[in-house]
Amino acid sequence: MFKFVLVKLAQLIPTFIGVTIVAFAFIRLLPGDPILLMAGERGISPERYAQLEAQLGFDRSPIIQYFDFLANLVQGDLGTSLVTHAPVMEEFLSRFPATVELSAFALAFAIIIGLPAGVIAATRRGTSIDHTVMGISLTGYSMPIFWWGLLLIMFFSSTLGWTPVSGRISYLYFVDSVTGFMTIDTLLAGDWAAFLSALHYLILPAIVLGTIPMAVIARQTRSSMLEVLGEDYVRTARAKGLSNFRVIMVHTLRNALITVVTVIGLQVGVLLAGAILTETIFSWPGIGKWMIDAISRRDYPAVQGGLVLIAFIVMIVNLLVDVAYGIINPRIRY
Amino acid sequence: MSTSTTASAPGTLRYQLAEFWSYFSASRGALVGLIFIVTILLVALLAPWVAPHDPALQNRDAFLVPPVWHAEGTWSYLLGTDAVGRDILSRLIFGARYSLFISAMVVLLSMAVGIFLGLLAGYFRGWLETLITRTMDVVLAFPSLLLALGLVAVLSPGLTSAMIAIAVVQLPYFVRLTRAAVMSEKDREYVTASRLAGASHGRLMFNTLLPNCMAPLIVQATLSFSTAILDIAALGFLGMGVQPPTPEWGAMLANAREFMGSAYWAVTFPGLVILLTVLMINLMGDGLRDALDPKMKRS
Amino acid sequence: MALLEIAGLDVRFRTTSGLFPAVENADITIDKGEVLAIVGESGSGKSVSMLATMGLLPWTAQVSAEKMLFDGQELRELSSRQRRQIVGGEMSMIFQEPMSSLNPCFTVGTQIDEMLKQHRGGTRKERKERTLDLLAQVGIPDPRKRIDAYPHQLSGGMSQRVMIAMAISCNPRLLIADEPTTALDVTIQAQILDLLLQLQQEHDMALILITHDMGVVAETAQQVIVQYAGRQVERQEVKALFAHPRHPYTEALLSALPERAGDQDRLPTIPGVVPGQHNRPSGCLFNPRCRYATDHCREVEPRPASGDPARTLCHYPL
Repeated sequence: MFKFVLVKLAQLIPTFIGVTIVAFAFIRLLPGDPILLMAGERGISPERYAQLEAQLGFDRSPIIQYFDFLANLVQGDLGTSLVTHAPVMEEFLSRFPATVELSAFALAFAIIIGLPAGVIAATRRGTSIDHTVMGISLTGYSMPIFWWGLLLIMFFSSTLGWTPVSGRISYLYFVDSVTGFMTIDTLLAGDWAAFLSALHYLILPAIVLGTIPMAVIARQTRSSMLEVLGEDYVRTARAKGLSNFRVIMVHTLRNALITVVTVIGLQVGVLLAGAILTETIFSWPGIGKWMIDAISRRDYPAVQGGLVLIAFIVMIVNLLVDVAYGIINPRIRY
Repeated sequence: MSTSTTASAPGTLRYQLAEFWSYFSASRGALVGLIFIVTILLVALLAPWVAPHDPALQNRDAFLVPPVWHAEGTWSYLLGTDAVGRDILSRLIFGARYSLFISAMVVLLSMAVGIFLGLLAGYFRGWLETLITRTMDVVLAFPSLLLALGLVAVLSPGLTSAMIAIAVVQLPYFVRLTRAAVMSEKDREYVTASRLAGASHGRLMFNTLLPNCMAPLIVQATLSFSTAILDIAALGFLGMGVQPPTPEWGAMLANAREFMGSAYWAVTFPGLVILLTVLMINLMGDGLRDALDPKMKRS
Repeated sequence: MALLEIAGLDVRFRTTSGLFPAVENADITIDKGEVLAIVGESGSGKSVSMLATMGLLPWTAQVSAEKMLFDGQELRELSSRQRRQIVGGEMSMIFQEPMSSLNPCFTVGTQIDEMLKQHRGGTRKERKERTLDLLAQVGIPDPRKRIDAYPHQLSGGMSQRVMIAMAISCNPRLLIADEPTTALDVTIQAQILDLLLQLQQEHDMALILITHDMGVVAETAQQVIVQYAGRQVERQEVKALFAHPRHPYTEALLSALPERAGDQDRLPTIPGVVPGQHNRPSGCLFNPRCRYATDHCREVEPRPASGDPARTLCHYPL
């Protein structure tokens, strides 16, 4: 098992080097002088230009620059933001928990709704329940989530006034940031009202971000369940005189989960892409909104650093999915 | 070629098409999807004649007019107007041109390059394959929209860069599918026979292997088409895609956002059109997959 | 009173082109401790009637019968809970493909234990002892080690032994074995068959053996039902059947046995295949393949003669 993880990690190295090359080439590929581009329409003084050139290392050969970039990266140094002058790593880490919290709730929503829906659709194959679940799921799968977010805000926030429009918690509460996760921090502080407020702010963005994963999970669960329901061992389970519930929930679902878990793992990339849109709509202070801001402000070191870190996270999560697949599938032993 | 053969002889193109159609039309959803897509394609093509107004025309007397079913609505503006008095219906109709055109280009571009790289990787193997698959792994390591955003930022926002960026993001799927299909077909007898008959590498790859790998690629193409529409709209919404005042669906949504509280129609309809188009393409894709799958299983 | 008594069983499958009759008018009776063989080619519906008895058919199947009695109880009148107590506990079944019949996600021990828990109860420790005992009974070496094995770690023969252990775990009164040796190596087939018969005698179980192998029938069964295209064409005691087959189909099956083919260079075969949904002949279903068939056979469906103990489904019984 340990060996398997090590081998997988080693296999990731070429991909990761590729990622760093892409991120490194990113600034150099900009048409024209990157420093002038970063400065934008305001223009730049010759002193400031020289300072920036030295800071970004543009006065040296690209090969040396790349190895500098790698060396700094290994030490966790991704340069400084051109806008805030704070280290990119620091900026990223301060916003990362907000995205993780949002994604975790979105994924939880997707699994809690999608998995049972898929199971029910499969066991009621061909009925109107099945058609309804599949129809909703295909709609969710086709959803432009930025519009979905706006629609939900219009309905639940503007018309009904049930949920807040943006932010992570009501301004009435101030909670010390310990973990960066608002729900956990409020609980640590023992402030129930603040905790409920945090949940209140989370619910709409989590639903929006979780919609596509929910649809994907429901579809995958249904098709895996249908496949497994036709297996000989399900017939064996019925021949044992087990209840229908046990046949479905233990013998069928356990096997169907092997593929479903893989698909759930693959949703992490979907969530991070969706976070860019969801965080923009709900002004959620996470890395998605941060990346968009960095791109529109031409804060290229931040964009570069964000690209590397996000790709790194996606790769690690995919590795964990591989490991999880091995754990829940007894036919694979390392 | 089908004119000289009898209509139902197995193995002819016409027979295969008929068989395909019987599977495809068995699904009501797929048919509905197909009809919708054909309709919207026609509307897009005939936009100047179908649209009631010039999509760029700003009517200063008609800012944020509600749709016709409201008391203040007029028949002149069926779906209402936006904040500068432009007809939303006309903008949606012209917007279909951008969304469908860009998405079609994305799929063509991505498919052409992807098939070429996939054929190279699956056919020649060795270091070329390693290089191609590794590069695709790198592309897949980034969340798709993020990579597209980054590319657009490098290429400067606009229609062409959005197109290229989304094509790049879609590339790995075509490469992987083609490579896998080529590898499974490569050692079949018909390929060996063709090789023994002295066919060149190019002929083997494009004339012998490729036609037999098309089924999964066609299904992937529909999937990519719907994803491309969503991504184009997302880029437009974020201000990184097609630039205003072009009536692109995503950009229309972004413009309407600040009037969300007062003019729901300006927000609702562009999104609804995106959703419906994507949904219908996906319905059609499901039908295509079902129609092409049994064939793949039988062979 | 017979242990299992089925009369007039019809099973039809709903398909896209209408109802397909898989079993028509089947009668099956078996007494305590008896061995009954149901013989037929693939597609003859021989498993379907047993799956119907166990309640294991998919939802596309329509089952109707005059009688479906187990130990005097009408199975169709029981609640699903009561019926589940009989299925697995009183009558159990093993299948053709042992490798795919065990759940790949659970250990052998867990799967046997689940059956015991469902029908017998007892403490975890008692059930484990019983499981080990069962594994030993079916001839699995080193049960203490194998109890924690996953199905993919076992060979086909071992998997079938586990299936048998599971099936007999609750001391059922009827065991149904659906082609239990077809998927196994020839060398293993005899071992499994011997094991089944040995357990049948030790536990005084009734055994219904579904097979296409007349040789197996000769070695094991007391009663034989021959089935063709969903219909029972003949049934007799095994000795009488082998001595005087009444239906031409039975005769053809028997003459295909190597022992009976004598000095011929090639084994005789029965030309053609069992008719499917779209090519059912009129008259006697066997007429296209029957060497005695007449125009009468091609036009009129045969009925068993009233005085015929073998109830031969033929116009001209041999």
